[in-house]
Amino acid sequence: MVDPQRAAITLAINGAEQHLEVDTRATLLDVLRERLDLIGAKKGCDHGQCGSCTVLIDGRRAKSCLALAVALDGSSITTVEGLADGDELHPLQAAFIDHDAFQCGYCTPGQICSAIGMLEEARAEGAELTPEAIRERMSGNICRCGAYPNIVAAIAEVAE
Amino acid sequence: MAEVATRAIGAPVRRIEGRAKVTGAARYAVEHDPGEVAYGWIVQAQVARGKITDIDDAEARSQPGVLHVLWHGNAPRLEEVSDAELAVFQEPRVAYRGQIVAAVVADNPEAAREAARLVRVKVHEEPHDVGLRADHPHLYKPDKVNPSFPSDTDKGDVDAALARAEVTIDHTYSTPAYHNNAMEPHATLARWDGDRLTVYDSNQGAAAHRAPLAKAFGLEPEQVRVLAEHVGGGFGSKGTPRPQMIVAAMLARISGRAVKLPVTRQQMFAFTGYRTPTIQRMRLGATGDGRITAIEHRVFEQTSQIREFAEQAATPTRVMYATDNLRTSHRLVRLDVPTPSWMRAPGECPGMYALESAIDELALAVGIDPIELRIRNDADAEPDSGKPFSSRNLVACLREGADRFGWADRDPRQRQRDGRWFIGSGVAASTYPAYQRDAEATARVQPDGSFRVGIAAADIGTGARTALTQIAADTLGVPVERVRVDIGDSALPRAGVAGGSMGTSSWGAAVAKACEALLAEMERGGSEAHADTKAEIEAKKDLARHAFGAQFAEVRVDGETGEIRVSRLLGVFAAGRIVNPVTARSQFIGGMTMGMGMALFEESVMDRRYGDYLNHDLAQYHVPANADVADIEVAWIEEDDPELNRIGTKGIGEIGIVGTAAAIANAVHHATGLRFRALPIHLDGLVGAGT
Repeated sequence: MVDPQRAAITLAINGAEQHLEVDTRATLLDVLRERLDLIGAKKGCDHGQCGSCTVLIDGRRAKSCLALAVALDGSSITTVEGLADGDELHPLQAAFIDHDAFQCGYCTPGQICSAIGMLEEARAEGAELTPEAIRERMSGNICRCGAYPNIVAAIAEVAE
Repeated sequence: MAEVATRAIGAPVRRIEGRAKVTGAARYAVEHDPGEVAYGWIVQAQVARGKITDIDDAEARSQPGVLHVLWHGNAPRLEEVSDAELAVFQEPRVAYRGQIVAAVVADNPEAAREAARLVRVKVHEEPHDVGLRADHPHLYKPDKVNPSFPSDTDKGDVDAALARAEVTIDHTYSTPAYHNNAMEPHATLARWDGDRLTVYDSNQGAAAHRAPLAKAFGLEPEQVRVLAEHVGGGFGSKGTPRPQMIVAAMLARISGRAVKLPVTRQQMFAFTGYRTPTIQRMRLGATGDGRITAIEHRVFEQTSQIREFAEQAATPTRVMYATDNLRTSHRLVRLDVPTPSWMRAPGECPGMYALESAIDELALAVGIDPIELRIRNDADAEPDSGKPFSSRNLVACLREGADRFGWADRDPRQRQRDGRWFIGSGVAASTYPAYQRDAEATARVQPDGSFRVGIAAADIGTGARTALTQIAADTLGVPVERVRVDIGDSALPRAGVAGGSMGTSSWGAAVAKACEALLAEMERGGSEAHADTKAEIEAKKDLARHAFGAQFAEVRVDGETGEIRVSRLLGVFAAGRIVNPVTARSQFIGGMTMGMGMALFEESVMDRRYGDYLNHDLAQYHVPANADVADIEVAWIEEDDPELNRIGTKGIGEIGIVGTAAAIANAVHHATGLRFRALPIHLDGLVGAGT
């Protein structure tokens, strides 16, 4: 008999294919954090309200706490752990350090993943990324430490 | 103290752990991997006051994967608990809605969460009272206010001075409950190895968390280790132990597994602390030319039924303005609510909103520019105590800020317009005490010539790890790359919590002293040294030590919709020596941003019928988002104050939030002519301001 609470899925995570049997109630966020030890995606609210869990699903930014893993069979997932090329940081990662775009660091992986998705959205739309536009497009990612001006500066530098 | 060449101190060193944080490698509390693990989930009381008559956990226990359900009927007895919030499962009383009444531990998080939903808590409900009022019949005078200030002070003859004053101001200001809402919710991973307990906990001080944990379980401190290498913010709420730490340790003991217990965002609104709502009556007396002759600041606040926390909101008034007649008081009422606690600048933050709003009202009443009025009433000794200041540069901050902000061009007339937008600007002062607590540190030289420093300090996003590395490097006379500072572990030398803006002053002094001792030791052929700053702190002169600042805000208010935009914020601070200009600027900006939230967005709304904070998540409790923050500028006045500590720092973590809300509210008044004496400023009070 098939256990209705379990399902077998395949995810391509940071370029590596993973065959997983997941609890059908499990979110992508919990699968990443608790099954795969990919703790870069953070749990700040578990309700899609803070953006700390943002990852890229098939290249688009998404809140992994709102996605059930079982519904993502066959998807490609990129987490913050998959951004650097060996020792070479992704330009946004380097810019976040240089502009001091974080303090506690807990929202940071979500900010960076969100920014990558956002830059791609703007490119596809042909939209101009003024600081105001960056602020608006990044407002789904809360930073309680208040690093917003530095986050905008870091993203603006990479956007150029 | 030896003359130290400063190379790293004052330099814009980037965060030591920056790479770990941007790559996802930095592990926070429950992200550690202890091997086979179980998951906890908390069950909360659904009434504000009452007694649990029974808990039916049968259905919860029957769920696949569930290991145990814990509640007062089956939980282990705790030994010694001084904070009643930590006495979980010890008795059937419910003291506030959301209090922890049961917990589940299961093989996986999904099962734990589902089982927690199935725990049936039967309660004999009693009538509750959750409403703070300034005329509450059960108001009382606390013996002291946080942490140990007198509750009341009275100098001169305030009543007579008010009666004689040419101009008087008498207004009541109020602030709502605020929740700290650090991005990482409180969380604990607990593991027992025989009679030794290890916890990875999200907190502001590993050592301060070890002692109460050990006492609760009847252990010696050496049997307990608390680790908090990376912490996702705290803002005071992780400065004292929270009950999930006790619950996690209980669940781990009873299940024989390592247990991860993350608190949910919603749960944080009940048992992880918050800022009390305040009602503050301010009375000022002044001469016609704006010299203050009397100040009275009376504060009304709440605490819980199980623990007293008295926020020291009137204490900044004891520090700010020169007057011969000065009276302050705090009154509390015990309600059926969670215990309030520290939130960024407890006391100064709400207190300065009231004082600096009243000062603005006085400036208007006497027709004097608000900066000039503050300068005219600057104090050359601490007004309440009469103690001399070690340094006080409030006036310099006001003047520097006025220049940078372009205050000279400000038209004092209200209701200036730019199309449908009203534009206004406001100013307020900031202050925060310069504390220092004793600490210990070790320093040793490694075989490869690099250095390793250890202290049980915490970096909750402040940049403490980086600042301490800079301090150590300069004391040792080596580049920062040659020094590693270990923090966030109770096994390291004793240090106080990251609180009171005293981390750099307290820990930095111990680190510098240990490094100095190491240099001397190395000359004798040794390789390790230990230092304790207790004696040098006890030898400090009896002076008033405070940081000061000036905050400026420009707001735009939509005359049709009442929408408020903060188009500019400027903060100028005099906070001693600045160890790292990059991380310091970030801290000031962060504090000011939280101050903007206090003024305009944040408010924990009490549902009086059910006794619950209604808006208990980030969709309803609005903290500032990126689009809310347009232009924040920060500057500081360098102070060389030899009476502070070895490092010369006053602390910067909290002063940034002090005064911001008053500056914004004063700017809204300048823009619209409407005075708001209750925060946050709601749009409904401004709708149609243009008509």
